[in-house]
Amino acid sequence: MLSMGAMAGLSMGSISCTRDAVEEFLQKHFREMTEEEKKQVIRRLEAKYLKKYGKEFHISTQPADTGVLWGYGLDLSRCIGCRRCVYACVKENNQSRINPQLQWIRVIRLKKGSLINLENAEHYYNPETVPEPGFMYMPVQCQQCENPPCVRVCPVKATWTERDGIVVVDYDWCIGCRYCVAACPYKGRVFNWAEPNIPSAELNTGVHYLGNRPRMKNVVEKCTFCIQRVRQGRYPACVEICPTGTRKFGNLLDPNSEIRYLIENKRVFRLKEDFNTEPKFYYFFSA
Amino acid sequence: MEAWRLFKKSVNMVLFGTRGYYLWCAFLLTIIGVALTFYIDQLDAGLIVTNMRDQVSWGLYIGNFTYLVGVAAAAVLLVIPAYIYHFDPIKEIVVLGELLAASAIIMALMFVFADLGRPDRFWHMIPFIGTLSFPKSLLAWDVIVLNGYFVLNTLVPIYILVKSYFGKEPNKNFVIPLVLLSIPWAVGIHTVTAFLYNGLAARPFWNASILAPRFLASAFCSGPAMAIIIFQILRKTAGMKIKNEALFKISELIAYSMFINLFLLGAELFKEYYTGTIHLAPLEYLYQGLHGHNSLVPWIWSAMFMNITAFVIFLIPKTRENLITLNIGSLFIIVGVWIEKGLGLIVPGFIPDPLGEIYEYMPNITEIFVSLGIWAFGLLIFTFFMRIAIPIQRGDFIRSKYAKATARPQYERIKP
Repeated sequence: MLSMGAMAGLSMGSISCTRDAVEEFLQKHFREMTEEEKKQVIRRLEAKYLKKYGKEFHISTQPADTGVLWGYGLDLSRCIGCRRCVYACVKENNQSRINPQLQWIRVIRLKKGSLINLENAEHYYNPETVPEPGFMYMPVQCQQCENPPCVRVCPVKATWTERDGIVVVDYDWCIGCRYCVAACPYKGRVFNWAEPNIPSAELNTGVHYLGNRPRMKNVVEKCTFCIQRVRQGRYPACVEICPTGTRKFGNLLDPNSEIRYLIENKRVFRLKEDFNTEPKFYYFFSA
Repeated sequence: MEAWRLFKKSVNMVLFGTRGYYLWCAFLLTIIGVALTFYIDQLDAGLIVTNMRDQVSWGLYIGNFTYLVGVAAAAVLLVIPAYIYHFDPIKEIVVLGELLAASAIIMALMFVFADLGRPDRFWHMIPFIGTLSFPKSLLAWDVIVLNGYFVLNTLVPIYILVKSYFGKEPNKNFVIPLVLLSIPWAVGIHTVTAFLYNGLAARPFWNASILAPRFLASAFCSGPAMAIIIFQILRKTAGMKIKNEALFKISELIAYSMFINLFLLGAELFKEYYTGTIHLAPLEYLYQGLHGHNSLVPWIWSAMFMNITAFVIFLIPKTRENLITLNIGSLFIIVGVWIEKGLGLIVPGFIPDPLGEIYEYMPNITEIFVSLGIWAFGLLIFTFFMRIAIPIQRGDFIRSKYAKATARPQYERIKP
């Protein structure tokens, strides 16, 4: 089996036997690269994206700040199920648009009276107007667990928790086994079943290496709290777009942050708390 | 020099044979060829050419993988009585059982490979070169134990065969410890494979502690059942010496294993149905259908019918010791356990998904052909193994005879 892997690698190298292809094949794990190696990889990737999409990308590798641990709040009494967050996320994070269509946020519709048992959740509701009487809406995305089952199961350490609490993926290290997809209790991970399909005009060119840079086929991806934004002091795209103020975001280590205020003053809960995954994503009811 | 002759002679044995042999190999090679075109297509377009999606992210490939790990583990069932209790009729087929295990491991690893999205990055999993996440990831454990088991199960038979070729008795001080090691190792590979699923709290269908024992019980049915069929075929085509007595002994062991398998299934069904919590949903999907989705229901009930029928056949000495009913029972077990442990195990783990969505999965033409190709490749490897191993075991292919080497292997002229 080992030799088969090497052969597959070599034959792929020989199909497009350029230096870039060889470098790409031999590229190291992101966390094992030196600063100089990171710069080289960024240069190669930016050139590759320019050639592929005809656009100049700026790829950041900005590390986490100390004293920061990101937390998210979601007010279930305010959510109207409009899914603006879903599409703002797709646009911001360069997800594949069609074949396959990938989304990191899923808004499910629940009949009032049921919250924990998601078996009757509706995923593809499509009314003329929202909200509808008798229903509530629950957006679910990666919960950025402190104890993430997806990270535990990855056989090659291609996914890990950053110091600011964001669970990230090195898309160039993922082997596409999808064990993390099976392990996540929140459906927080999606897979690029084919080469991502994004119209060039809609590309977001301000990207982070561990976040929204264009992906390739057969690797996994997930919500990163918009790592490219939050590390520059901006809100995630879903927080910014939400028309009802459902979504809150802040630093859990800052006692004066909005998220800390919510945790201390509202009755918050976390999804599937009984799994001991310790999400940093807090649901609450303001009314 | 002698080793070189052994090698050359072995290659000859694989390359030249009767018309039936050529037809068989051509048949397998055709399937492999077709499968290869489908696989290249999958590499090119991505896994989107399969029916797997985010909701059901593993399918036929991983189902086959699980089943074949079981077949490989079951080699131990032939090893225990043969080596520990010196049960003679079984001893002569142990080498072949272990080669069957080795072939099954090759297939199992190929199925994982077919399922990998990025086979070009396979080297990320190689210890010391890549970043294998041992001991945290159960998949890392599986890579290690499966490769170790493969080495063990090829080393022992090859050693014994080479010794026989030179007309010598194998060194017991070398073989016995390895054989003793292979017994817990066989239990280990299947336990680790069960833990792969078992360790996922997000999937209540797999997160049941009965999973590993059930895996072992069903493996000890399907592996030996496969051996019973294969040994009879080899007896007819290659003139392999196997007494009926050995087959009957294996079938008796299958009866016990099947009893345990059915008992454990019953224990699980009771717990889930009597308590009736939300964790019942996957079982309900499998056995009754859930919210109108029921594509696995006819499959699992066929499996249930086949497993129970086979159990009865293997339990009654009269039907167990009749080659016709014995073969019907064996085929039922091979297919029944394949359904139970393939699609019947993998797919319901994903239905409903963690947010309650139901996506019904059935493999498509790409997955079916790639799978058939891997099975054909495994059979081809096993055929080659048998081509060399059987004449050595029969005593037709030994050192003293190499001088009279002809294009055709000696043993084919001997009419069984």
